[in-house]
Amino acid sequence: MSIQSLSKAGRSELFFQGVLYLSACFLVVLVFAIFLSLLVHSIPSINEFGVGFLFGKIWDPVFGLFGALPFLVGTLLTSFLALLISIPFSLSISIFLGEYFTEGTFSSVLKSAIEILAGIPSIIYGFWGLFVLVPLIRSLQIKLGIMPYGVGIFTASLILFIMIIPYSASIGREVVQLVPSEFKEAAFSLGATRFEVIRKVILPYARSGILAGILLALGRALGETMAVTMVIGNVNVIPDSIFSPANTMASVIANEFAEAMENLHLSSLVQIGLLLFVVTMIVNIIGRHIVKKMSVES
Amino acid sequence: MPKISGFLISGALIISFVLSPGMAKDIELIGAGATFPYPFYSKVFGIYHQEFGVKVNYQAIGSGGGTRQLLNKTVDFGGTDALMSDEEVKTEDNYILYVPTCLGAVVLTYNLPGNPGLKFTPEFIAGIFLGKITKWNDERIVAVNPEVALPDMNIIVARRSDGSGTTFIFSSYLGKVSGEWNQKVGVGTSLNWPVGLGAKGNPGVTGLIRQIPGSIGYVELIYALQNNLPVALVENKSGNFIQPTIESVSLAANVDLPEHTRASISNTEAEYGYPISGFTWIILYKEQNYARRTREKAEELVRLLWWVIHEGQKFAEPLHYAPIPESAVKKAEEIIKSVTYNGKALLQ
Repeated sequence: MSIQSLSKAGRSELFFQGVLYLSACFLVVLVFAIFLSLLVHSIPSINEFGVGFLFGKIWDPVFGLFGALPFLVGTLLTSFLALLISIPFSLSISIFLGEYFTEGTFSSVLKSAIEILAGIPSIIYGFWGLFVLVPLIRSLQIKLGIMPYGVGIFTASLILFIMIIPYSASIGREVVQLVPSEFKEAAFSLGATRFEVIRKVILPYARSGILAGILLALGRALGETMAVTMVIGNVNVIPDSIFSPANTMASVIANEFAEAMENLHLSSLVQIGLLLFVVTMIVNIIGRHIVKKMSVES
Repeated sequence: MPKISGFLISGALIISFVLSPGMAKDIELIGAGATFPYPFYSKVFGIYHQEFGVKVNYQAIGSGGGTRQLLNKTVDFGGTDALMSDEEVKTEDNYILYVPTCLGAVVLTYNLPGNPGLKFTPEFIAGIFLGKITKWNDERIVAVNPEVALPDMNIIVARRSDGSGTTFIFSSYLGKVSGEWNQKVGVGTSLNWPVGLGAKGNPGVTGLIRQIPGSIGYVELIYALQNNLPVALVENKSGNFIQPTIESVSLAANVDLPEHTRASISNTEAEYGYPISGFTWIILYKEQNYARRTREKAEELVRLLWWVIHEGQKFAEPLHYAPIPESAVKKAEEIIKSVTYNGKALLQ
């Protein structure tokens, strides 16, 4: 091998490295640029309301009073409620596909069903929610003797729960499959039942991965717009029960952005966007911290 | 080799010569704004393109977005259902003109057993949307509908959650008939609603109303006509209960308009006019020489507008839009004539 070809190889190596660095940096720059532009456009609203924006309960575009608390509460309530409902389902799907039926027709049918679920546009979920789920919830509310709106926090959470299952379930399945068979075989040879293997070997080994999947799902739930808008009732007050109509951050932006005329209104909507960005970031940071802690223990 | 290149050059010259007159004529006007008149605009702009070869690209992004784009000078004209104040139409060195193009109306639709025809008074409508009247058998509605057996049901209000010109027309009507509304809620495209469920767009509101027995909401007249929704007759200022139709909406605009036509015609003085009506406008700058626009483009724009308020009007009714009445056409003519390029009027 001549020196020339070596240096050529070195150059292409350098070039490849450069491309990698560039694309990685580009992503970081992009995130910062989004954050900065949100921040800049929020300045009029930040100057006007200060920290009070976070705790303000009134959203009144006519009189120029803007507070984000109803939307913050609405977003967090729907997302965490959806997550809570989804955990048992996604966990059992992960174990089912990762441990019991790793191969075969039934498994591939179920797998593609989950993939399709992830691919359905959110407006379809919204329509389905409006025409199927809302009447069901309404009849439940009539039985319970609550005002039969049908739309509200609970309905939105149910829609979100279905939408986020594919995210947590497919990651969960992969990490369950990744549990080394030596561990499982060792447990079986010691006389453990299948349930014991799942509980004492598979779940502890896979828990950080499963949690990572759940967090990814939470990120999706926080930002979901269309489907939630259609079934949440779009009422800008702090909900007093899980059946009350409410509103979320993403939904108020989608609803009001196109027609916002006043600068302050526009800037307040951008600040809601900034808030959503920060909330998602905080959830992610906390999540990564938990995932790290759990994987160190195991 | 020189032969071939010479041939190529002369060919290119011929092609460019053939194309250039066509290119010069092929002006494209860009507009953005209100979604409400979009079906009407896409029809008339399409026909205008066929007849005069001028392409008009209108993006239905909402009144607020259209106004912002005009202020940023990224479009040739905007479309809006909402009004600007006298201060807001004056920019640093220019002035925004409003040209009315057609009329819209907001109707009240509801879901009651058997969907009886109902008459509403302004007090009743304001009472419902303020959350003060909560039962269908309230004496204030029974009094004007003695022939209907109204059920003992809760009233559930459905309204728009998205910012909308429809909400603007409806709230400007409520602001005129109810002092309390004006004080507590006000007029705008997005409101701080005292009561009710929000849904996106006319289809969203209609969807809620169809599903919830005892609900009431407001939608655009066109949407209600196309979907055969039950609509209420509304008492106007003259004390007549008016069925919302294209004719009664056109009648509503037959009032003394200010010269700039920037006026709300809701709660009209017209005897047989439907009271919850409003104009939709195309907005443009009075002085067209801004942001390095060509005179040609400005000429095409005023020609287009002139055509829309005259020949274009006949396409309104088949699409369930109310054409603007003669008196408004006269005012609009004067406004279009006042458009200038370098201070000189474009149309004489």
